[in-house]
Amino acid sequence: MSVPRGALGIVVPLALLGSWQLLAGSGVYSEAQLPPPGEVVAAFGELAGRGELWHHLAISTQRVLIGFAFGAGGGLALGALVGLSRAANAALSPTIQALRAVPSLAWVPLLLLWLGIGETPKIVLVAIGAFFPVYSTVSAALAHVDPQLVEVGRAYGRSGVRLIGTVLFPAATPSILSGLRLGLAQGWLFLVAAELIASSMGLGFLLIDSQNTGRTDVMLLAIVLLAALGKLSDTLLGLAGWRLLAARR
Amino acid sequence: MSSSLPGPAGLDFSRVGKDFVVNGRGRPVLTGIDLSVAAGEVIAVLGPSGCGKSTLLRMAGGLETTGEGSLSVDGRPVRRFEPRCAVVFQEPRLMPWRTLHRNVAFGLPRGVTGEQARTEVEHWLDVVGLRDFARHRPRQLSGGMAQRAALARALARRPGVLLLDEPFAALDALTRLRMQDLLVDVQRTAGTTVLLVTHDVDEALHLADRVVLLGVTGKAATIRSVIAVPGARPRDRADPVLAELRVELLAELGVGTPTVHGRTQP
Ligand SMILES: Nc1ncnc2c1ncn2[C@@H]1O[C@H](COP(=O)(O)OP(=O)(O)O)[C@@H](O)[C@H]1O
Ligand SMILES: [Mg+2]
Repeated sequence: MSVPRGALGIVVPLALLGSWQLLAGSGVYSEAQLPPPGEVVAAFGELAGRGELWHHLAISTQRVLIGFAFGAGGGLALGALVGLSRAANAALSPTIQALRAVPSLAWVPLLLLWLGIGETPKIVLVAIGAFFPVYSTVSAALAHVDPQLVEVGRAYGRSGVRLIGTVLFPAATPSILSGLRLGLAQGWLFLVAAELIASSMGLGFLLIDSQNTGRTDVMLLAIVLLAALGKLSDTLLGLAGWRLLAARR
Repeated sequence: MSSSLPGPAGLDFSRVGKDFVVNGRGRPVLTGIDLSVAAGEVIAVLGPSGCGKSTLLRMAGGLETTGEGSLSVDGRPVRRFEPRCAVVFQEPRLMPWRTLHRNVAFGLPRGVTGEQARTEVEHWLDVVGLRDFARHRPRQLSGGMAQRAALARALARRPGVLLLDEPFAALDALTRLRMQDLLVDVQRTAGTTVLLVTHDVDEALHLADRVVLLGVTGKAATIRSVIAVPGARPRDRADPVLAELRVELLAELGVGTPTVHGRTQP
């Protein structure tokens, strides 16, 4: 069952690749506008050979991982607080919702002003991006745990931390895991925003730099790499979550 | 198992009443409930839908506060989520992420762990006939099996009083009869006091030592009559004495039974 489905997933990318090759060779676009896939592979070889590519990949991945860890951690903590306590919900959720409405790029000037141009503002922006999806899913999932199950927990002597540990969190775990995946995806989104604007390294920088130097092949390479990294990290997180769900007895 | 074996407990309702506040106005549901349940006794609570049977049972389990009067288990007042009672709800309410074994273990008293916990859970799974399903998840079970697991979870608590809120109402007729026989066995094994809420007259007569009939007089419901069921359990479902009581109870519930009536007339 899994073999044909896995094979099916590769059909569309291959078809896209084929169309890309055909379109690039058809003369509708100039080579500077749409280089063929082969040139992107060549660009990959060139950048990888110079060792430059690994730096971009590593720094972007590092920013996402650190930012995601902080953002998801904060989202879990605040989401749990707001989801479990009515008072916290009443006090905090209007403010958090208002902050959530701020578009990601609006934070950039402020972060640069306050945190300079080092690693910190980029990581903070990724953390902001990861925070909100995790926060919303966790708080909603915990607030909406089946009240009948909660009553069973209480009727069987669970309260406080033990109720949270034996009923509320286990019941909310599937939603929490999907919230983490959404947070990770949004972390990548905010990373590119940060790197496009103020950076001298990373995949976002590669994008803007290739635009300035007219290297469309490098631009396409950066996009392909972003897609691959995003998909890879999401798959890994999904796998970890799946193992967690399968392991609980 | 000795320390967690408190034995059956008595249950006393004294002038118990309850108002629910709906839209800022108090609405009386139960009033003047006086009932003394002896340790080890099986009481069935019968009454029309919505008259407050569940409310009565939930108060006994401390899931609902007692409005007026007093409620006690073995002479001590019922507390919030009373630890000496265990409730089986109309729905199984199992934790879908736990195996049956772990669901039953959820009912164990706090101090019971390790090897002892495993033995007790296996014992109760055995009693309800689910030994082979210990590793299954709730979604892999039929309704009857899930409800048996819920019963095992309640029994694992070694309750002084077992509170059953229409536990078999959602099951098909045949499964319901099997579950009733199982409950007779289980009650004998565990020796626990049982308060069984039901709207099924036959179920009440088959299982209970006494049947408590709730009815609405005026605004709120109260006990209309308490009927001692003759004969020891397990009872013969075809016993003519039970058939007569059945007619009587159905008449009290406002259900005419011309055919049965005709048949039972000598
Ligand atoms: N939490 C509650 N708030 C307000 N009214 C309630 C609540 N629980 C039950 N009631 C009302 O109390 C009455 C008795 O309910 P219940 O005890 O569930 O009846 P039964 O179990 O006999 O069908 C019903 O009219 C119901 O609407
Ligand atoms: Mg009810």
